[in-house]
Amino acid sequence: MPDSSAPSSVITVRVVYLARLRDAFASDGESLAVRGDAPTVGAAIAALRARGGAWADELAPGRAVRYAVNHEVAPAEASLRNGDELALLPPVTGG
Amino acid sequence: MPVRVQTADFDAGREIAALRSGDPRVGAVASFIGTVRDVNEASPVSAMTLEHYPGMTEKALATIVAEARARFDILDALVIHRVGDLRPTDQIVLVAVTSAHRGDAFDACRFIMDYLKTRAPFWKKERTADGTRWVDARASDETAAAQWERDR
Repeated sequence: MPDSSAPSSVITVRVVYLARLRDAFASDGESLAVRGDAPTVGAAIAALRARGGAWADELAPGRAVRYAVNHEVAPAEASLRNGDELALLPPVTGG
Repeated sequence: MPVRVQTADFDAGREIAALRSGDPRVGAVASFIGTVRDVNEASPVSAMTLEHYPGMTEKALATIVAEARARFDILDALVIHRVGDLRPTDQIVLVAVTSAHRGDAFDACRFIMDYLKTRAPFWKKERTADGTRWVDARASDETAAAQWERDR
C-alpha cells in the first residue's frame, strides 16, 4: 500500500526545440520535470503551455506541432519515462 | 549507406554509378534532384538554411526507404539530403532507385520523395529582402503523400 503522504512521482525528460520553435522560445532545449504517476507527452506539453506567452501561443491546441519521443513520432497520449528525449517538431519542409 | 545527411554537395552521376555498379539485374534507374529556387510565394529568395534533427532524420529516411523496398520491386535505393547554408541553383536532395523495370523505379522514386517531403524532419529558413522566415508546409505535399495511402 503506497504511502498517501508521499509526493507524486516526478520524472525528468530532455525537451528539444527545433526550427521555428527554437527561435520562438529562444532555446534549443531544456531539462523538464514532469509530475504524475503516468506522465505523458500531453502532460509535458501542458506544463510548457502553462508558462504563457510564446509557449501558450506556439503550443496552443490546434497548432501544427508534432511530437517525437526518442526519435520516433509519438501522439500526445504516449507515456514518458525518466531520461526520454521529447522533441517538438514544426511541420517539416525538406526536399 | 542508403541514407546520408550532409553539408557537402553531391555528384549525382557518381552516386548513381556506385548504386548500380556491377549489378546486371538492374534494367532501370530513376532519380530525382531537388534544387534551390530563387523565388518562393512570389518573393525573391537570396539564400536558405536547411536544418535537421540529427538522429531522428536519418532514422526517418531509413524507414521511408525500407517502406519503398517493401512496396515496390526495387533492387537498391539511395537518399542524400543536404543541410546548412544553400543558395539558388544549389542541389538539395538526391533520390535514386534501381530496379529491373522502369515502373517500380519511377514509382519508388516518387514515393520516397513524397514521403520525405511530409515525414522527414527537415526545415527550411529562407532569406529574403524582408529578412529570414521559416518556410510554411504546403498542403499539396500532404495531398501527394496521402495519394500513396489510398493506393496501398
